[in-house]
Amino acid sequence: MKNINWFHYAAPQTFYGLAARVWPWFAVLATVLAAAGLWLGFVVAPTDFQQGEGYRIIFVHVPASWMSMVIYLAMAFWSVLGLTFNTRLSGMMTRALAPTGAMFAFLSLWTGALWGKPMWGAWWVWDARLTSELILFFLYLGYIALTSAIDDTRRSDRAGALIAIVGAINVPIIYFSVKWWNTLHQGASVSLTKAPSMAEIMLWSMLLMALAFWFYSVALVLYRVRTLILQRERHAAWVHELDEVKP
Amino acid sequence: MRWESWSQFWAMGGYGVYVWGSMGMTAVLLALEVLQARVAHRQTLAQLKAEQAVAQSSVEELM
Repeated sequence: MKNINWFHYAAPQTFYGLAARVWPWFAVLATVLAAAGLWLGFVVAPTDFQQGEGYRIIFVHVPASWMSMVIYLAMAFWSVLGLTFNTRLSGMMTRALAPTGAMFAFLSLWTGALWGKPMWGAWWVWDARLTSELILFFLYLGYIALTSAIDDTRRSDRAGALIAIVGAINVPIIYFSVKWWNTLHQGASVSLTKAPSMAEIMLWSMLLMALAFWFYSVALVLYRVRTLILQRERHAAWVHELDEVKP
Repeated sequence: MRWESWSQFWAMGGYGVYVWGSMGMTAVLLALEVLQARVAHRQTLAQLKAEQAVAQSSVEELM
């Protein structure tokens, strides 16, 4: 197997071009998968025998919640790389991920409230799952506020990396909260060890939506990181040579 | 087809507000995020172009 030099791709100049070539494909895939997932979820999937049509919220609630956790872990991953190898791209990737993660955390809480009201009779309860997801949302906001408050890029990236890494402990807490505590929130719909606790067609629509959200996030984060690269490398010669920048 | 009419589809068996409130907020936020990212990218490009133009004209003046 050929040895890949990952640091080559971690150079902002290389990554800028790579991201430009790749993001449209992820955007197209996300659109196709979302269309398929919504069609399966809203046209094909049957009514739930307990929750009627109300259960269809699951098609955005679970994917959004998963993405809110995955994106935070991705931020922690880039932060570890940034602190150990001091690569410039790491800070930019962490920063590009944060707004999308915050949005999915908010959507998880919002759709959860809209699901909780008709099923539990309450928009919100201070249950372990809900509370830890709320903390995740605040961690995202804290990361964004902290990094935008520090002008010096290197210091701001370091401070942000610390929040991202320390806060990552909250992600397994969210995931296992339904096991560790008695929660009003139901247990995992899908797990690696057991057969899924839902009808197959419902499961497929949910997984398609989850994949669509995943590809959407990749496309958007790659797009956003290009803007950040341009802003940070504005004095570099290669940026001045770009066709889209030449006056 | 699972739905006999559009009104039945929008009603979602009485859960319309909750289901469409969830889907609607998701659609709106995703659209806003895409829009915001595009605007930010275009503004950055425009700013870099302007800076380049200024730098070039000052070089020409020096010549």
